[in-house]
Amino acid sequence: MRTNRKPVIQSNWFWVLVYGAIMALLPLALTNNYYIKILIIMGINTIIVLGLNLLMGYAGQVSLGHAAFYGIGAYASAILTTKYGLSPWFGIAASVVLGGLIAYAIAVPTLRLKGHYLAMATLGFAEIVHVLFLELRDYTGGTDGIFGIPSISFGSFTLETPIKLYALVLIITLVALIMAINIINSRVGRALRAVHGSEVAASAMGVDTSKYKIQVFVLSAVLACIGGSLYAHMAGYVSPESFTLGVSITLVTMVVFGGMANVWGAVIGASMLTLLQEYLKGYDDYNFVIFGAILVLAMVFMPKGLVGAGSKLIQIATRRSTPIPETAGDSSAAS
Amino acid sequence: MHLDQLLQFIISGITSGSIYALIALGFTLIYNSTQIINFAQGEFVMLGGLFAVSLYSVTHLPLVLAIILAIAIVTIVGVVFERLAIRPLKDSSGITLIIVTIGASILMKNVAMIFWGRDPQTMPPFTGDTPINFFGASITPQSLWVIGVLILVVIMLQLFYKRSVIGKAMKATSIDPTAARLMGINTSNIVMLSFAMSAGFASLAGILITPISMTSYSVGGFLGLKGFAAAVLGGLGNPVGAVVGGILLGVLESVSIGFISSGYKDAIAFLILLLVLFIRPSGIMGSKLRGKV
Repeated sequence: MRTNRKPVIQSNWFWVLVYGAIMALLPLALTNNYYIKILIIMGINTIIVLGLNLLMGYAGQVSLGHAAFYGIGAYASAILTTKYGLSPWFGIAASVVLGGLIAYAIAVPTLRLKGHYLAMATLGFAEIVHVLFLELRDYTGGTDGIFGIPSISFGSFTLETPIKLYALVLIITLVALIMAINIINSRVGRALRAVHGSEVAASAMGVDTSKYKIQVFVLSAVLACIGGSLYAHMAGYVSPESFTLGVSITLVTMVVFGGMANVWGAVIGASMLTLLQEYLKGYDDYNFVIFGAILVLAMVFMPKGLVGAGSKLIQIATRRSTPIPETAGDSSAAS
Repeated sequence: MHLDQLLQFIISGITSGSIYALIALGFTLIYNSTQIINFAQGEFVMLGGLFAVSLYSVTHLPLVLAIILAIAIVTIVGVVFERLAIRPLKDSSGITLIIVTIGASILMKNVAMIFWGRDPQTMPPFTGDTPINFFGASITPQSLWVIGVLILVVIMLQLFYKRSVIGKAMKATSIDPTAARLMGINTSNIVMLSFAMSAGFASLAGILITPISMTSYSVGGFLGLKGFAAAVLGGLGNPVGAVVGGILLGVLESVSIGFISSGYKDAIAFLILLLVLFIRPSGIMGSKLRGKV
């Protein structure tokens, strides 16, 4: 049991305001559309990684297949808007429903698996989905993908400029963030932490472990679908290349790099690695060499992620004898 | 489909399956000594092939020497990788270790791209390419090499586990590391050895397949994935399972190309894997006793 949890909860809301304010003010300084697009991608990644962090960091279930849900969201929007002329809002709604249903169908048998078997099953699922994107050419356009995906609009007010879409993405990011904070501080959050600590003990204490695991898996998949849908409407174009195993791995890396079992870890991990990837695009061949090296070095020197390393620094600086509660959720992993 | 066509697909399935099995054996060795999945395994396969090609065609070494040297280099890479990235993280959570191996895999792949370029490279088959007729189907000599080497490796590995002191120590470590340490086994050396052997097997697989399907900086991801799938299919941590899983995966893939289409090949392989996992979560040969609570 953690003591003095209350001040942490209060400071979380403070930090939501700070984060919201910074992200809302950034476009004032970054007027270039290219920078705004990076901010949008940052927001989309944050939405997905917040969900994945709930699944991995709190429930302790690894998914190497979230690119599939990202892709399902993107393709659902793309197909419904370009082939059937439906509104992008319908596309987003449909991708949420479809992603949720598929996630549920996958979660029920898959979440009985543990550890590496679960990782393999989610990875296998994502590979199957990737092949379907390539092979169902009549719907997905095969390797060419789908062009001409319309922008999101409110009636006649179209979010055609990046800045308008960014406003929407930022709102959804903040909603996802507040939801994640609410979940981890609720009964469900405590149940998830119990599942992570010891599933056997949790179920002995009356926690319906499979119910919570399935719920959090579906939630994280739905967030990935929303992210995919937003991405499709931003880029105006989707192709199978954007939903490979590499993308699943990047998402997992964002969770771990920021710090598991910490919503701020998700935000920081997603934001920093999005920036890093964008920055390294200029270095062509050396791009991924640097990305890989940073991953290895980050894990060797700060295995609890940026937030873990940061709070340790603060701890040393302020000479606190007790560990900072925010990162405590991960302590069970060491046992 | 004619029977000889089916036989042809089965033969090519066994060939690619033997490659998957060799890679899966590497996953198994490392999993048994550390409980981690080495996502950089596929990159050892890639490095093996590329080093062998370079040593053979650029420095004009005799084929056997080029192969031995390539395996030795990749084995050293495996040991260095264990020393620099795995050992410092000995007490970390499983997911951290997964990320480190993924990072190392990205690193190795892209260094290889800078060093060798993007073009696929190849080397001649070890003993010519005159196919041998086998009940109406044909087998290339290189396929026989692949299958033969796998059989040899399996026999050697069995003898190693049963007869040698190090092999017994390795087996003891995989069953219970703490007890093994208490019995005076240097488990950190065992971990290093398992990385060395694993890199060695992977590089061997990469060299064997190069004359058949060429190699390039990017083959590691796909081959590593198939090896991982084979290891899980057979029951993670079980060497016999790794071989059975590898061959099974190769044959199922190959036959499904014949019956359905090559585009769906990977989807079918993974669909079968998922079904097996759902029906028998610990893999075909996995026992329920394994794994920690």
